[in-house]
Parts: sequence; C-alpha cells; structure tokens
Amino acid sequence: MSPAPTPQELRQPESPLELFTTFTALALQGFGGVLAVAQRELVERKRWLTREQFVELYSVSQMLPGPNVVNLSLMLGDRFFGWRGGAAAVGGMLFMPLVIVIMLAIGYNTFAEQAMVAGALRGMGAVAAGLMIAMALKLVGTLRANPMGPVLCAGIALLTAALVAVLRLPLVWVVPSVGLLGWTLARLAIARKARS
Amino acid sequence: MSGAEFLLADLPEFFGRFLLLSLLSIGGAMSTAPEMHRYLVGERGWLDDGQFTTAVALAQASPGPNVIFVPVLGFQVAGWIGALAATVGILAPSTLLSLGVSRWAGKRRDTPGVRAFTAGLAPMTVSLMACAGWVLALPYLREPDHRLGGLALIALTVLVMHYTRLAPIWLILAGGIVGAVGWI
Repeated sequence: MSPAPTPQELRQPESPLELFTTFTALALQGFGGVLAVAQRELVERKRWLTREQFVELYSVSQMLPGPNVVNLSLMLGDRFFGWRGGAAAVGGMLFMPLVIVIMLAIGYNTFAEQAMVAGALRGMGAVAAGLMIAMALKLVGTLRANPMGPVLCAGIALLTAALVAVLRLPLVWVVPSVGLLGWTLARLAIARKARS
Repeated sequence: MSGAEFLLADLPEFFGRFLLLSLLSIGGAMSTAPEMHRYLVGERGWLDDGQFTTAVALAQASPGPNVIFVPVLGFQVAGWIGALAATVGILAPSTLLSLGVSRWAGKRRDTPGVRAFTAGLAPMTVSLMACAGWVLALPYLREPDHRLGGLALIALTVLVMHYTRLAPIWLILAGGIVGAVGWI
C-alpha cells in the first residue's frame, strides 16, 4: 500500500464519535502546531483524504479568518456528517488542549525555572520543526497536477517565501494578494486548457 | 493579576473585541496577537508584557492548535469567565463563516472559478508550510550551544517521516526525552 491514498483507496469515518476521538488524538500529538500531524493522520493513516484534497482544504482554510486547523477540522467533519461532524471534529481538536493549557497556566510558576523542562521543550521544538519541513517536502509533489504548470507554481512558492520569510510581511497582506495573483493565473491557465 | 482591575461590566466589550478579531484573523489567530497585545496591555493595562509573552509560550508548549494562547490570555485577565469569553469570541464568527463558505464552494467545486481558487492557492499554501518549518528551525541555527544537536534532531525527524509510517507522537516524546537529559 502506498503511503498516500489514491481516490479509490479512500475511507470514511464511521461516526461523529470517531471524528471526535481522531481529532483529539491528533491535537494531543501536535506540539508547536497540529498541521503536520493532521496531514500524517488524516491522509496517510486514516486515509480520509488524498494529499491533493488535504492541500485544497488547507488552502481554503487559510484564506478564511480563524485558526487554520480549526477551519480544516470543521470543513472535513461537515463533509462527512454535516454540522454534527463539524462540531465533533472541532470539539476534538480543542477540548483536551484547552484543558491542558489552562492547567499549565495554573501550574506555570512552579516548574518554569527547571533546566529539564526547558531542555524537553527545546527537544520537542526541534522535532516540531522537522515535522513541518517533512510535510512541506511531501506536499510539493501535489503541485505536479496543478493546471498552472511547474514554472508558475515555483514562482508563486518562491514569491511567498520571499515575502513571508525574508521581508517578514504580515500574513494579512500576503495571503490575499498572493492568493489573488494565484487565482488569476490559475483562472487563465484553466481557460487556456479549455480552449485547446 | 497585575495592573488595572477587570470588572464584570467590562465583559461585553471584552467579548465584542474578540468577536471582531475573529473576523480579522486571516492566516490564523496568531496574526491578531499584535492587536490583542495593543488592547490588553497598552489600552486597558489588564496584563503586562511578561504575562502576554508567557501566554503565547505556554500555548506553544502545550499540544493543540496555536489558538489556545487566546484562552490563556482570557484566563489571565478574568479567570474562567475570561477564558470562556475569549475562546468563544475568537472562534464563533470565523467558524460560522468558514462553514458557510465551505458548503457554498463544495456545491460549485467543478466550476472554473472555484477550481482556479484551489489550484491558484496551492503553491502559496505549500510554501507557507515550508516557511513555518524554517521559522521553527531558526532558534536552533541561532544558538551555538544547541545548533548541532538541534539540527541533527530536525534532520532525523525529516528522515523518519519520509521513510516510515511512525506516528509523530513517538518522535515528539523522544525529542522531549533527548532534550530533558541535555543531549541537545
């Protein structure tokens, strides 16, 4: 079996409860961001989405206001079981993390000074960085089927990286403007394909 | 709680601010952090700088989405009721809007406009993920004491993710242990 499912190999959750437990499990694994874990669990382990569908869902989540992974949970849950599925997925994503972070806030003063705690956080942070990089590398492959072709895709990706990582512009400006550029170019590419 | 006192009469305005911020939080709740800082620390004086930064750090050290720094801010300002108001405020408007847009676009997913939307955004999305990985890796590049161990752990994680189907939690636990015993 290949690591990422083809559309024929996709499965479905059995119930909103399965959505709740799956999203709880992936939220609890997400130190320093849930996204990389979400890709791993939803695409490669649960097989509820193809890689392409994951990128598509995340792209839409990113254009909308709100936490991206929460929007992603909501949309995926809603696809399977309507608003009950959306609520189950979002509830799973948020409930345990909220309980834990408030407990940490209450207990913070007692353990903040310890070197072991700082070291453990540093180790987990490095793994979080590795997870993010590995996911980005995997998802580059999804761009192969993009109607804009490899050159334009690479151009948009490099432009985004330059604006965000080098110039450090706020995402509030980058996402709508690069998004509009991408949308326009993709629109033209699709129209050209339809004519030929 | 330091600084100015939070009164129950402040609650509706506090809640309203978070409702508004929710609609502005394109790119995630963290993109509204500067605005929250301006309101909670600068304008009202309910928190000091240290408390604000601690809330963000605690959220990053906890499992789950980054947005959980918002309930911690609410908790520091006004206890449980503050945590509840901030959480519902930051999530309700964006969640309802997303649900509506998702259903609307789902029905039109094969139209050129919607297809161009998802295809046009994909390269930016993948690039933003790579940038996030870069930003998370930066502290290890900058600190000479932890550079070698940190980079080795990052590289090892990438390799394990590429060649195995191991669940990420085992890597995170291993990273925590390696860090706690002082190897990186």
